[in-house]
Amino acid sequence: MKYFILGGAGRLLFPCLIVLSLIVLYRGHNLPGGGFIGGLMAATAYILVGIGSSMRVAKEKLRVDPVFLLALGLAVAIISGLPGMLTGGVFLTGEWLPTFSLPLLGKIHLGTPLVFDVGVYLVVIGFTLHTTFCLAELAQPETEEPVD
Amino acid sequence: MPSFLLTSLLLIFGASFLASWICGRCSDKCGWLLSLAPFGAFALLASHAGTIADGSVVAYHVDWFSALDCAFSLRLDGLALLMGLLVTGIGGLIVIYASGYMHGHPLLGRFYLYLLSFMGAMLGLVLSDNLIVLFIFWELTSITSYLLIGFNHEQKESRWKALQALLTTGLGAMAMLAGFIFIGGVSGSFSLTEINAMGDVLRESPFYLAMVLLVLGGAFTKSAQVPFHFWLPNAMAAPTPVSAYLHSATMVKAGIFLMAALNPALGGTELWGNTLSIFGSVTLLLAVVLGLFQKDLKAILAYTTLGVLGLLTMLLGIGTDYAIKAMVGFLLGHALYKAALFMVAGSVDHETGTRDVTLLRGLRGLMPITAFAGGLAALSMSGLPPFFGFIGKELIYKASVKLEGLELYFLLAAFIGNFLMMALALKAGIGPFFGKSNHLALPKKPHEAPPAMWLGPVVLGVGGLVLGLFPFLVTGLLAPTIASILGGPVPVIKLELWHGFNLPLLLSVFTVAGGYALYTIRGKFWAVADQVRAAIRPWGAEAMYERIFNATIWLSKAQTRRLQTGRLHDYVFMIVLVTVGFLVWAILNFGGLQFDIDWSEFDLIMMGLVVIMVISAFVAVTATAYMTVLVALGTVGFGVALIFVYYGAPDLAITQLLVETLTVVLFMYVVLRLPPLKTISSKMMRVRDAILASTFGFLMMLLVLKAVNIQFNHAISDKLAAMSYPEAKGKNVVNVILVDFRALDTLGEITVIAAAALGIAALVSVKFKKRKEGTS
Repeated sequence: MKYFILGGAGRLLFPCLIVLSLIVLYRGHNLPGGGFIGGLMAATAYILVGIGSSMRVAKEKLRVDPVFLLALGLAVAIISGLPGMLTGGVFLTGEWLPTFSLPLLGKIHLGTPLVFDVGVYLVVIGFTLHTTFCLAELAQPETEEPVD
Repeated sequence: MPSFLLTSLLLIFGASFLASWICGRCSDKCGWLLSLAPFGAFALLASHAGTIADGSVVAYHVDWFSALDCAFSLRLDGLALLMGLLVTGIGGLIVIYASGYMHGHPLLGRFYLYLLSFMGAMLGLVLSDNLIVLFIFWELTSITSYLLIGFNHEQKESRWKALQALLTTGLGAMAMLAGFIFIGGVSGSFSLTEINAMGDVLRESPFYLAMVLLVLGGAFTKSAQVPFHFWLPNAMAAPTPVSAYLHSATMVKAGIFLMAALNPALGGTELWGNTLSIFGSVTLLLAVVLGLFQKDLKAILAYTTLGVLGLLTMLLGIGTDYAIKAMVGFLLGHALYKAALFMVAGSVDHETGTRDVTLLRGLRGLMPITAFAGGLAALSMSGLPPFFGFIGKELIYKASVKLEGLELYFLLAAFIGNFLMMALALKAGIGPFFGKSNHLALPKKPHEAPPAMWLGPVVLGVGGLVLGLFPFLVTGLLAPTIASILGGPVPVIKLELWHGFNLPLLLSVFTVAGGYALYTIRGKFWAVADQVRAAIRPWGAEAMYERIFNATIWLSKAQTRRLQTGRLHDYVFMIVLVTVGFLVWAILNFGGLQFDIDWSEFDLIMMGLVVIMVISAFVAVTATAYMTVLVALGTVGFGVALIFVYYGAPDLAITQLLVETLTVVLFMYVVLRLPPLKTISSKMMRVRDAILASTFGFLMMLLVLKAVNIQFNHAISDKLAAMSYPEAKGKNVVNVILVDFRALDTLGEITVIAAAALGIAALVSVKFKKRKEGTS
């Protein structure tokens, strides 16, 4: 552990930032936020861990290859466009479930634009982390094991 | 129910995509299995031969790009049926043959993928009824044939020749597309059926000359007419099954097919007739003469293909009923014997290890079945009775003796072409098998080829004999073909071996005698072959191609060296300079330096923010350490974010903050690896850059001031804001636009982001590996 305070802060803040990013993602349709901002926030959470401890810890926290997130995000975004076509619209026409209420969270609107936003969220995380990991590897090849 | 036309296409394309999988399962039997697809398509097409013979046409139509009048429409008429049967029938035999020829090749699956895709493209080409669809299939044949010719890609020679074929036919295809657009523009339709019905309109159009020349640009390059003939003999670099297929039934016939299919629309004028017949006859003569000086079995055959293509073009140009009949007959005959001869040549090469005809002789005892097939095909090609080749040649003479005056030149060309072609046929199909055996001098001890490799040649060779004996078998196929080319009703034709004693027969006798005589003195040509080829090479079309190719490369290099210096500094300078130019233009365009600014929105907080940002910018420019630059730039970025906040754009502000943060973090990693900041430009250059940068900044300021004044159309943004909640159930208009109203744009953007991530990773890993190799 290179930086005691940053490392500790990273561990504490990480779950908060991830939850915050999800909230921002969800509320984006009505309030400032959305997949792009949410994705950047989530990526920041990992990068914070990466700087505080090491990029390897951040990678382990992520579990999957960021490239997988890129692919998954694109797939989710594309799939979100299909339900609209089933009801006769063009590709990416929005489709919504009936509104329902949950305790604590209030009224819930779920629809394909939200799914699309999840795709954007994943791609942004994938992009940011993939780039960061690559550049970090470039910066410290002696201390970090290169990943093939 | 989908049309059988579509089914036959899907069958072949489906097989091509499954090929790799099938070959992985059973590499020994995959050729036989895969051949079921082309044979299935063959059966599907053949089952409708009766309908076509009656003069009807089968059509299939699906709307595609209706806005461009580009419908996916297929049509089966006589010409399409004849070509389709050749493509699938010979294709099936080639697929089987290849399983023997390529036996045990590690990339067999890939080979079949290319071969069957090519077959599908070719079938699509001959079946399509829409010029745009035809063009797409045309290009697909170019690309797949490029992959096939360059299949032995580890050889530089192969790659060069494949590229040559691709460039030549590809450039021609561009011309052809332009011609198609002219045709579409004048006739108002891209449908072949409709275009062929309005030939008069096209012929009277002022663009007629352009149409003909452009379309012929495509047809001549594809069918290797002089001066684009050089790529065809070079395409022999392909594995032999490919050569057999490309030369006999497919690729090179595509150009002939196109000219024949458009004959009712564009033909019938002096321009069309003379261009075709003159270029065709020159190609014919050039090819057969050059063919005499070839010693490579495949090269000899390639030159005869060239000759045949010239002959077919010439007949199409002459354009009389007789000539078309001769052309169609010859087309069929040639496809049969040429595929057989190429396969025989491949077998000989495969079994003996050489294609040098000066070494090959007396193989008939060792390879009896191959010799039998080769002999049949060669006799058919020589035009001896009772083979189908004889009928084809008689038809040509019958058509030619009707000519008068100067046109008798074509009779002469046909005669010379035929008898030289006969000599070449004997050289390629008979020579290797007869005479005294010298198999001890060969690189390999020859054996009979496996069944997969003699089946095709035997079927086609015997086919040539059977059709010669019973020509009425194919009149039902040839008659509607003639009708398609001439654009008239189906004629009643009779094909006979024996026409009685007449002038064509006399010409045939002379042809045979001359051909045989030339064959007996073949050694004399071989003796000087190398010198002759070396002597004419600098004057040939291929040398010209090389000159043009090298000149293009030189030009490209020269301008790249000037424009792509590899220095970021130069690129940025260029970009900013051009932008400045446009900015000046834009500002002058919107009323020049007239501003009307409301200073009341500008208060103290803003003023302070701006001052901080300006100071930071100066610090960034003058700093000597990366860290200072980074912090200063970050300050500017956060200042922008604060401005967003101040004017009530939280979405933008959050994004700006996050992006700014991440940029600083990412940049840190890069900076660690960079050498310390140094001044590398001269003083003059820095002054120049400073002036440009200041101008740019100043102009941006003017532009912003202008933008405040200009009343843009607010209707769109107001409408989007109004629709946001009722239509898309979202109150955040920015987000609704991103994920709903303009979701397709966003999809495009995230795709670009994903691609960029992979690109960055690739760049970084290249650097990383280089460094690792350097240190270890």
